[in-house]
Amino acid sequence: MIKFTLRRLLITFPQLVLLSILVFFLGSLMPGDALSGLIDPSIPAEAIQARREALGLDNPWYIQYRDWVVAMFQGDFGNSIFHQRPVLDVIGDRLMNTVWLSLFSVIIIYLIGIPLGLISGRYKDSLLDSVITGYTYLGFATPTFVFGLVLLWIFGYHFGVFPTNGSVGAGLEPGSIDYILSKINHLILPSFSIALIGLVGTVQYLRSGVIEAQQKDYVMLARAKGVKSAALYLKHIFRNAIIPIAAFFGYELVGLLGGSIFIEWVYAYPGMGALFLESISTRDFSVANVLILFYGFLTILGALLSDIILSIVDPRIRIK
Amino acid sequence: MSEYLLEANNLTTSFKIDGEYYPAVDDVSIRIRENEVLALVGESGSGKSATAFSLMGLHRHARVSGEVLFQGKDILKNNERQMNRIRGGDIAMIFQDPMTALNPLMKIKHQIQETLKIHGTVRKSGRELYTIELLEKVGIPRPERVAENYPHELSGGMRQRVVIAIAIANRPKLLIADEPTTALDVTIQAQILDLIRELQDDLGSGVLLITHDLGVVAEMADRVAVMYAGQIVEVAPVRELFKNPKHPYTRSLLNSLPSEEQLGSKLHVIQGVVPALNKMDREGCRFAPRIPWIPEEAHEHQPKLREVEPGHLVRCTCYQDFYLDTSMGHGEMEKRVEALQMEEGGVGR
Amino acid sequence: MSANLLEINDLKVHFPIKGGFFNTVKDHVRAVDGVSIAIPRGTTYGLVGESGSGKTTTGKAVMGLNEITEGDIYFQGEKLSGKGKKIGVHRDIQMIFQDPYSSLNVRKRVFDIVAEPLKNYEKLSKSDLIEEVLKLLDRVGLPPGSLYKFPHEFSGGQRQRIGVARAIALNPKLIIADEPVSALDVSVQAQVLNFMQEIQQDMDLTMLFIAHDLGVVRHMCQHIGIMYQGRLVEEGTAEEIFNNPQHIYTKRLIAAIPDTNVDKVERNMQLRRQIKEEYDQHFAEYLDEDGRVFPLRAISETHKAALPVKG
Repeated sequence: MIKFTLRRLLITFPQLVLLSILVFFLGSLMPGDALSGLIDPSIPAEAIQARREALGLDNPWYIQYRDWVVAMFQGDFGNSIFHQRPVLDVIGDRLMNTVWLSLFSVIIIYLIGIPLGLISGRYKDSLLDSVITGYTYLGFATPTFVFGLVLLWIFGYHFGVFPTNGSVGAGLEPGSIDYILSKINHLILPSFSIALIGLVGTVQYLRSGVIEAQQKDYVMLARAKGVKSAALYLKHIFRNAIIPIAAFFGYELVGLLGGSIFIEWVYAYPGMGALFLESISTRDFSVANVLILFYGFLTILGALLSDIILSIVDPRIRIK
Repeated sequence: MSEYLLEANNLTTSFKIDGEYYPAVDDVSIRIRENEVLALVGESGSGKSATAFSLMGLHRHARVSGEVLFQGKDILKNNERQMNRIRGGDIAMIFQDPMTALNPLMKIKHQIQETLKIHGTVRKSGRELYTIELLEKVGIPRPERVAENYPHELSGGMRQRVVIAIAIANRPKLLIADEPTTALDVTIQAQILDLIRELQDDLGSGVLLITHDLGVVAEMADRVAVMYAGQIVEVAPVRELFKNPKHPYTRSLLNSLPSEEQLGSKLHVIQGVVPALNKMDREGCRFAPRIPWIPEEAHEHQPKLREVEPGHLVRCTCYQDFYLDTSMGHGEMEKRVEALQMEEGGVGR
Repeated sequence: MSANLLEINDLKVHFPIKGGFFNTVKDHVRAVDGVSIAIPRGTTYGLVGESGSGKTTTGKAVMGLNEITEGDIYFQGEKLSGKGKKIGVHRDIQMIFQDPYSSLNVRKRVFDIVAEPLKNYEKLSKSDLIEEVLKLLDRVGLPPGSLYKFPHEFSGGQRQRIGVARAIALNPKLIIADEPVSALDVSVQAQVLNFMQEIQQDMDLTMLFIAHDLGVVRHMCQHIGIMYQGRLVEEGTAEEIFNNPQHIYTKRLIAAIPDTNVDKVERNMQLRRQIKEEYDQHFAEYLDEDGRVFPLRAISETHKAALPVKG
């Protein structure tokens, strides 16, 4: 188990290096460099050249790459041209907002999606199953941002029960109970928008998993042992059906971190997705670049997380 | 109390195909005494496995009728709770494919202890030890270690031993073995058959052995019931069946096996194919279409299973006129029969 | 020209086992570990063994489906193999698979399945192709109406005939049949076996017949080789293997087959128990210090067994 995790971590390392090289070259393809935004036309060319040399901008790419990586490890991700602040500061504000949004969404997805999937598979072809399956078809056909707009209109404007923009009410003391409640209040609509559409995959996957597991020989053997229906489903069918879902947890979470872009935009929610859209439209490439690096990093992390979870829940993986 | 451990009378199990029910087990009656091995023989599609699953009440979407008297009581009338008490308790089952019969996510010991717990055979404190004893009993080396293993860590032969350990855990009175060695190598098969025989001796249970392998039948069975197209066509003590087979299907089957005596000659081929469940002609002798050289008058209109010698039952009168067709061989005739069936769309299941 | 259509010399197929922290190659599975087989033209050679014995791997190596670690394969006296690679696919060598259903592409029609090798090797017009396929179907006893049907519309035996039709489409000289009847019912098995014998005679085919069922092999084959853990433990004519087995493993394998002769049941079981005992006690003597089977030694002109060197 530990060996598996360690080895899995080891594989992650070259992936990260490859990712960073890719992002680095992407960055050097972008117009301008670290000085472009700072330069005053009145400064003489020799002085600029001196600055360039001091910053190592004329060094070969691998030296520059090394400096870039070293700087990142020291927490220096460069400056945002648009905000005129270090990139890390700009992202830092938004990061936690998106993490909360994703976490909320993923919790709702599993809290609603897993029971729906299990019920749907367990009572296949019943009225309940038909309703659930119908819902998943609808969910597949509806784009998240359209659904988000509908919820926004109904609950935000028509009934006015939830706030329609921002991540927290104005004038609240950070850390106070009111502040936290306001945060949660701001999260409810966007996270349900994401989750109610996002859970259809989980429901369908689980439904077919349960139906498939019901036919398995080991389920027949369990029935021949006299295992009662409830225990049969809990110990033999659900456990086996849920494995792929558990294994997908990492990807799901990462998918949400990156995939909430449009919902953040719909709800004017100040998260990383909104920042990413903003940085592209303002040509703030130093921010966009770091965000790409960050999303890539998350994807690798998600895959790692999924593999580790899978190795915990499935003994067949543990051994190999 | 009846002299039989199990007595199934007129058992009929129908499955739904395209909205209609068709009997896969059609008016089957079998009896098993204590300490007796009854072999149920037939090819795929004959209904032998469906019979076994019906006895245990394991079919979910089938229509089952008739009666199944176990120790004198009709268990078909049982509700699910009463049935669960019998399943794995007094009636246990061994499955065909050990590679898929065990839950991949549960340790071996937990899969055994589950059945001990349900049937309350041993107290909680004794379960751990009893599990090891069971594994030992089915010939598993280093049982303490195997108990902690997951199924995928064991070979096919070992897994089948675990499946058997689960089956005998509660000292069943009736053991239903559904093709218990079909998926195994012959040397492993020999060991597993030995084991089943040994355990049966030890427990004094009745065994219903379902198999298509006539060699296994000859070695294991006391009595044999041959199934074709959902019906039992012949029942006889094992020696009698092999020495003096009567029904055309039994005789054809025995002749289609490669054997020492037949070396260098063509094997006997049964013409045509087993009819599909929903395309079967349920009037008259079901084997008649496959022995077209026997005149129609030789068959009965409503073939009955009749005792022709003590303990030897045969369905339909056609056995009296039956001879193995060697002249026509298999060539032309067979082609013609198959072409006919193709056109009727009667093939394929 | 040699009388043997196929000669396999000291064939080795080793698969790497990966493991340890860095998932490096730790060892090799010696799936096939020094097998030599010669099959005379027009005969059937039965390769028998239990699962994991390497019999299928041997067949696949001849088909060019496995990389060869070492050894040579001669077909019609011509060398086919090279070390460390697969041998080229040869149009005169064709294969029949175990499961007639999964080896046929379920989405293709019978015509496409049978015509595929013809399309690959021969330029035929569409009408010639259809005619050729119809001839093949007739030859394997399938009615012309099956031309545009899908595999699922056929019974198991008929599917195996489709597989055979495809295999003989190019008039091959060697057929490798990998457990061709083990998924079939007894009566269907008889059909397919008879029909394979017929085709073999008609087309003067040579066959490598891979199976675990000794009864079937005895019926089909002139020569038999028994494999155990990648090596041959015994080889001889069917008669020699069955009536005068020398190696303890062969004896055990033969004794393990249940016989339908009810008079012999008691005797068979006694014999089986006796041989099992002998096997448990003495099997170690039949292996060298690395736990491998000894090389084959000639007992008669046709009979060889991997017996320990006495003395």
